[in-house]
This record gives sequence, C-alpha cells and structure tokens, in this order.
Amino acid sequence: MINLLLFPILLPFFFAMILLLFPKKLFLQRTISIVALALTAVFTIILMLKVKSDGIQAITLGSWPAPFGISMVSDMLSVLLVLSSTIIAIFVVWYSFSSIGKERESFFYYPGILFMLTGVNGAFTTGDIFNMFVFFEVLLMSSYLLIVLGGEKVQLRESIKYILVNVISSALFVITVAYLYSVVGTLNMADISVKIAQIDQPGIITVIAVLFLVVFGLKGAIFPLFFWLPSSYAAPPIPVLALFGALLTKVGVYAIMRTYTLFFTLDQGFTHELLMVLSILTIVAGCIGALAYFDVKKIIIYNIIIAVGVILFGASQMTETALMGSVFYLIHDILIKGALFLLIGVIIAITGTSNLRKMGGLIKTYPMLGWTYLIAAFGLAGIPPLSGFVGKLLIVQGGFEAGNLWGSIFILASSLVVLLSVMRIFIYAFWGEPVQVIKLDSIQYRNLFTPAAILVGFSVIYGVGSEWLVPYMSDAAEVLYNPSTYIKAVLGGA
Amino acid sequence: MEIVMCFVIGFLFMAAVYLMLSKSLLRIIIGTGLLSHGAHLLILTMGGLGGSSPPVVAPGVTDYADPLPQALILTAIVISFGVTAFFLVLAYRSYQELETDNMNLMRGTEDHD
Repeated sequence: MINLLLFPILLPFFFAMILLLFPKKLFLQRTISIVALALTAVFTIILMLKVKSDGIQAITLGSWPAPFGISMVSDMLSVLLVLSSTIIAIFVVWYSFSSIGKERESFFYYPGILFMLTGVNGAFTTGDIFNMFVFFEVLLMSSYLLIVLGGEKVQLRESIKYILVNVISSALFVITVAYLYSVVGTLNMADISVKIAQIDQPGIITVIAVLFLVVFGLKGAIFPLFFWLPSSYAAPPIPVLALFGALLTKVGVYAIMRTYTLFFTLDQGFTHELLMVLSILTIVAGCIGALAYFDVKKIIIYNIIIAVGVILFGASQMTETALMGSVFYLIHDILIKGALFLLIGVIIAITGTSNLRKMGGLIKTYPMLGWTYLIAAFGLAGIPPLSGFVGKLLIVQGGFEAGNLWGSIFILASSLVVLLSVMRIFIYAFWGEPVQVIKLDSIQYRNLFTPAAILVGFSVIYGVGSEWLVPYMSDAAEVLYNPSTYIKAVLGGA
Repeated sequence: MEIVMCFVIGFLFMAAVYLMLSKSLLRIIIGTGLLSHGAHLLILTMGGLGGSSPPVVAPGVTDYADPLPQALILTAIVISFGVTAFFLVLAYRSYQELETDNMNLMRGTEDHD
C-alpha cells in the first residue's frame, strides 16, 4: 500500500468533514471523533512498522517525478511525531467529553481538533517547503478556532494577540520561502538540500537560515520570540491548552530541526552556534518564568519553553548522540506535557482556582491524583527510571562530545529548576492544610482523571522501555545526522 | 524592474510595521493586509519578472513567465483572505464584548480580567 503514509493526514481530515454535517448530535460527534483518532493511530503504527522494516517512505503526489510534484516523506522522526500527536489527541478528546461543556461541543469543537491534527500530521510528513507553509496554516487556522471558541473576554483578548503574532510569522514564512526560491529555484526539501550543497552555501543562504530560525522560532517559542506564548496559552480551556502545549510548539521545533539538519549543514559555524546560544537563553527565560509564578497553568506553560530550549540545544550540537537525545526528548515532552496539563486541569476542577496559594491538602482527599502527579513531575524533571531521563542524558552527553561544556551544565541546572517548579505545585496543592474543595461527583472525577493517569502511564512505559525504543530513535537520529538517506529516498538514486 | 519592485515592497513592509505598532486594532488589521500584499509581491518579484507571455500554453510561444510563483501567490492570497476575514470578525466581536479597540486597554493579568 503505497499511499499508507497519507492516511494519518487523510483520516482526520475526512472524519472532520463528516463531523461538520451534524454539529448538534453530541453522541455521534464524540463517537466518530474517537473512532477517527483510533483509526489514525492504528494506521500510524502500521506505517511506523513499515518505515522500520523498509526504510523511509516517500511518495510524490500525482505520480510526477520527484522535484516537480509535492513529495510526502515519512521517515522515522516524522512517523514517531505523528504517532505521539495522535495519541495526545485521543486523550485530549476523551478528557474533553466531561470537561469542555455542551455549548463548545456543539459548535464544531471536535472538527476543530481533527482539522488541527490534519495540519500537525501534514506538517510533520511533508517534503515540500511551501506545502509545509500550507499545513502550518491549516493547523493555525484550527487553533484560532479552538483558542477563541466559547468567546469569554479573556479568550477574545488573548486570541487577538495570538492571531496577530501568527499572521506576522506566516507572512515572514512566505517571504523566506520567496527568498529561498529565488536562490535555489526549487521548493522540494530534498532538492533544496542538493541545490544548496551545489552552490556551497553562500552568505545569502545563511541569511535565509536565520530568517527560518525567526519564522519557526515564533511558532516554537524560542528566546526573544516567546513573548506571546504564556498569556495566549493561559486563555483557552484546559483540553485545548493541553493540545496546544503538547503539539503546536513542537511543530516549530520539528521544522527547525528539519531545516537545520537538511538544508543548512555546510556552514555550521554561525547558524548552529546561534541556535545553541538562543536555546540556552530560552532555557534561562523559561526557568525564570517557571519560578516566578504562583499560577499552576503558568508554571507548566513556562516549562514548555524550557523543553523547547533543551530540544533545540540537542539539535544544535549536530552529533549523533545529541540528535538522538533530541528525538527522545521531543517525544517525551509531547507525552508528558499533555499528561501534566490534563492533571493540572483535574486539580483546577477540584479546587476551582489556578492560584497555588489558595490550594492545599489535596493528598488527603485525592491520594491517587497526588501520587500520579508526583510521578509525572519526576518524569518531567528526568529522574532516572522515568521518561525524561534518557533524552536529557543523551543531549548532555552529546553536548560534552561536541565540546560545549557550559551548555550541558546549563541543561543539567535547568533540570533542578524544572523539578523545583513542579514540586512547588505538589507541595502547595497536595500538602499542608486542607482547603475547601468543590465536590466533584465521582463519575466526573473518574472521567477526568483516567485519561490523565493513562497518559502518565504511557510516559512511564516510555521511560522504562527506552531500551526497546532505542532502534527507532537511532533510525530517526540517523536520518537527521545523515541527510543523504533522506535525499536518496525522495529523489531516487541521486 | 526588480529594483523598483523591491523599493515598493520595502515601502509596503515599512507601512505595515508602522501600522501594526499602533494602538488601534483596525489599523493593525490594515497593517496585516499591507504585510500580506508585500509578501505576495515579493514572491512574484523573487520568481523573476522575466517572460513575455502569460503561462498559458499557446502555439508558437517559447518565453513564458514562471508559473510556479503565481500558483504560490494564489494559495497565499486565499489563505491570508481567510485569516483576515476571521481576524476582522474577531475584532468586531471583541469590540462588542470588551468595548474598546485600543490595544493598550486590552491588557490583563490572571488577577483581574
């Protein structure tokens, strides 16, 4: 089945279109969206096994020869990201059943999520730079819907800023693609890579590399460009926040990793050095924010920024170890951020506030929630048997191998800050004097807690079974480290 | 010709940045319109302004304009049209709800909304 790699894009798209037809029938909306996501996950797993056994899957739409049509490429990195974003979407939809509310559900909430997954999966799978822009717009347009759906004052106010920033960064993306097209004369990513190597990366290509860093940095929230993220992400309801926090910035991070390992590899002295410095500054900025707030949402949101910095530090090292660590950490971060936001959502639903100072003593009434949160917090910080450990270990090791002693020390120090920030939530919310809680009925509590707990379980399996995952991760890192396999898969024997 | 176009596009970007840094929401949206005009003209210019006939296959014509940037522009125009329509309606809704179009008054922290 040669079209297999299109299924993770086509299935959510197809079912989202069907869901548009009957917005008020909530039962059908819920069932179909879960079925659609489960089908997507099944086909993605089949695709992953196919990529594992047969190597990179590439197809050029309409049977045109490779640089002329739009190529879709599924290497191990993209298929792993597609799989983890589909899993996150399943749990977010499950969580939404009992938290998002009927008004939102009957106004195209589920089609919005499925269209966003279409865009995310498409952006991970595409092999054409302009097609990537289009998929970015697909996911951004759906995210505009999801961030403003409900129309509360705070949502309206913050979505204006969110849309403005993204309109500007999209225009910059178009401008950058125009410049790149005028230099290399092609849009196919593999072909761009070949052409840049042929002209030996002159100065203008370095300028374009920095422009790409600005564009994708605005999407992925790196140091000077993350200013829009904390307040925008705090506005929408929890399931939407979990979806955004787990997926949207990661698309920008993926795009940076892809362009910086595939296109701009010849003159790394400037571009990758810049990426490294910016990623370290991103970590510092995220750490300051994570410690500064007493608002649980804000603390986790700033942890997104820290994770973006850690992943990009690994990507900037260009050693195989560090790239593998980045891939490990990227997938881990998608899972754990989804889980943490859902757990935070349960805490907010119980206490009715997101202010840490007004919480306390939850461990007496909700012990399971407390211990699950503790496991998730340890996983985020990278305590050895859990999921964050291997990725960070490999990134730090790769940093040492590349001779960046101080960068690696920053990564290690940031882990302490991350641990402190999430443990503060644990200490304030779960220890201490019990406060008045909103009595959730047990069914609703179970419906909210179960998806979050299972997602934490996934991240624990991810950490404990990392030995088993190594072949997949090293395949993904191999393609990043060695782009000639990617080019060969797309362009044929070239 | 490309030089002239570059100056025009640069002027459009300048105007767009100036408008987007102003206080009124409607000026900001006009700025995004100018920004997308500039971006679209830039694709056209960067594709090269050579070619003497439109990219429609006709007998006896050999010198066509580059068709690819035109397709890209068409895509980008439709996308920015959709986003602008959404943005305008959002601005209208938030004018009704928040009763201001001044971006300086659209601040808020978690303590007071």
